[in-house]
Amino acid sequence: MVSALNHASQISEINRNSPRIKRLCTSIKNFGGRPDALIQVLHAAQGMYGYLPIHVIRFVAAELKVSPSRAYGVATFYHFFSLKPKGEHNCLVCTGTACYVKGAQALIEQIEGDFNVKAGGCTPDNKLGLQTARCIGACGLAPAVTFDEEILPKVKREEIAGLLRARLTGAAA
Amino acid sequence: MSLMELMAIGERARAKKASKRRRLGVCTGAGCISAGAQGVLDGFRRKVAERHLQEEVDVVPAGCMGACNQGPLVLVQPDETIYQKVTLDNEDAIVDRHLAHDQLVENMLLFFEESKKPILRYSEGAFFQKQVKVVLENSGFINPEEIDEYIGVGGYQALRKATCMLSREEVIAEIKQSGLRGRGGAGYPTGLKWETVYKHVNDEKYVICNGDEGDPGAFMDRSVLESDPHRVLEGMAIAAYAVGASKGYLYVRGEYPLAIKRLEIAIKQAKKLGLLGAAIFNTDFSFDVEIRIGAGAFVCGEETALIASVEGKRGTPKPRPPYPAESGLWGKPTLINNVETFANVAPIIDRGGEWYSELGMPKAAGTKVFALSGKINNTGLIEVPIGITLREILFDIGGGIQDGGKFKAAQTGGPSGGCIPEQFLDTKMEYGALAALGTIMGSGGLVVMDEHSCMPDVARYFTEFCMEESCGKCIPCRAGTKQMHNMLTKICTGRGTVHDLELLEELAPMVKEASLCGLGQSAPNPLLSTLRYFREEYLVHIHEKRCPAGVCKMAGQAVVQDGAQSGPAGVH
Repeated sequence: MVSALNHASQISEINRNSPRIKRLCTSIKNFGGRPDALIQVLHAAQGMYGYLPIHVIRFVAAELKVSPSRAYGVATFYHFFSLKPKGEHNCLVCTGTACYVKGAQALIEQIEGDFNVKAGGCTPDNKLGLQTARCIGACGLAPAVTFDEEILPKVKREEIAGLLRARLTGAAA
Repeated sequence: MSLMELMAIGERARAKKASKRRRLGVCTGAGCISAGAQGVLDGFRRKVAERHLQEEVDVVPAGCMGACNQGPLVLVQPDETIYQKVTLDNEDAIVDRHLAHDQLVENMLLFFEESKKPILRYSEGAFFQKQVKVVLENSGFINPEEIDEYIGVGGYQALRKATCMLSREEVIAEIKQSGLRGRGGAGYPTGLKWETVYKHVNDEKYVICNGDEGDPGAFMDRSVLESDPHRVLEGMAIAAYAVGASKGYLYVRGEYPLAIKRLEIAIKQAKKLGLLGAAIFNTDFSFDVEIRIGAGAFVCGEETALIASVEGKRGTPKPRPPYPAESGLWGKPTLINNVETFANVAPIIDRGGEWYSELGMPKAAGTKVFALSGKINNTGLIEVPIGITLREILFDIGGGIQDGGKFKAAQTGGPSGGCIPEQFLDTKMEYGALAALGTIMGSGGLVVMDEHSCMPDVARYFTEFCMEESCGKCIPCRAGTKQMHNMLTKICTGRGTVHDLELLEELAPMVKEASLCGLGQSAPNPLLSTLRYFREEYLVHIHEKRCPAGVCKMAGQAVVQDGAQSGPAGVH
């Protein structure tokens, strides 16, 4: 990965006229192109691409005038950033203390078994990604699971597969 | 903006409120939103219009009302009626009966199982009566997306008083007199911190609000930011005036999109009215705030790591001294306080330090917001005077243990804290008393556990958390948490020996003493605390290869999970 980062030709992959790169440039401009905006710009990039492709990290680094290694270091340090594409839809199981006490682990095992997916990965057809979070701050609703943007409160082990299937078919329709 | 203009806006907001016969606020805190509050709010607006009630009834989004378990909640004013579990289907009853004909809809009133009767008014029932609201006083009563409503309840008066009537020294003296201590966890006296930053002479100083609420099991700051964002901005501005800063950063978790959205709105509105920006209240005081969105790293709760993150770097801590008060953001004197601390500032300036110092306890003045969760009937957000007993919180406000279960322990302070067992239920929730029990007040997470929680596994859970969140900079934390986790995993899978326990007890103080920052220094706390009160449970795991709570999967059965996430940059 790091050697890919250092490969100068990577930067040529960037088409400055692509709509996403244009939007990214606007975001960089809004922050005045300052190096301290790195995390904020990576947020914007991940919002557009769904993850942080290596050539985008490199592009951001060049635009903000920080070294590629520093940008890569930041992108890999923070949990929020992903260097791998996520699923088409994403399910996130909160594993904060309240959710842990109320059985979040059982939910993860149930989803892993029912959907043939591992936490941190995607189903073979890429339809559903499964992630865990350290606490989404919905402790009053523990155990909490999110499907894309929607929070599913007080989820029971028996019902989780059904809840997700209904949303996967609903979203596809 | 002048005093007259501020008063006029407040007057207008109050007159607008008074011109309506009823005002219906739908809680749009994160909890109620996930229970469908947005749809309920839209439904109310539509139905009120359909019945031509919009001239006499106002429908607004409101902040958190605390009883998150019963959401979505709706508050009808001026009656102070709270309805619970409101849905698109049952909200018609509220419109047709309460809003149109002033009749209570009794079967939908807020109802706590343990009290066996519905709550008729907001201020009734143990859940509310045992609480004292300072930080949360506007929560649920004002529309967090309207600055006029905040001004209508006296908002920004404290900033005016500070900038126009008090010297910087007087503001600091007021905060010192109040006895306010940092609410982020460590409890450092706020006035003293302000004074230190004030004393450092520099043209450039910064104020940072720490909204990186990383403790799993805590959602106080989220709720304050979502319910009353101007309160935090006003507190930051007063602090900036006092210490001599003109620029502030509000660092918020990326996991809190609603809080970010409301802060963005609040900053825009405050700038438009000249309450942020240049020449505030026509004085020479200027203050600008920028939001910085965190990217998920628990260690960023530590102030030097947070500063690194605001600078756009990896969030790794630095040795102190120098403290941020001397050399913080970009090497300049920097004041860092947490969200709840800033939310206490405006009322202290408004009503005086003496008033605040009389709340709570001597040496631990004021109130504390707790996020009640876990195996408790009334999960939600509460604000209590410091010094209330744990028993009062759990059984009077919290309504007791869920499903008639037996209380085993309450966990405070998250991964940096410890647990409080049954024999200490009458402990006063106060910095010193909690420290004596081997735990901390923490930022306010209060997770209740019953007999189905296994304490060695709880220790393993928190140690895993610290291991994964360790930034990797110093070895005691990076390697120590890993070794502790290995041994705890052995014990929790029935492969542990008494020797492991001895090693753990030798290693834990080393990690505590030798780590660079608060994360590592407090990482052994959950282990030490559970060992102190539940040693027997560890021994059963070791000698009998059995988990009394039925949580751990012992060797020979399925393998215990080994953490779903990898640590930051794979530093273990």
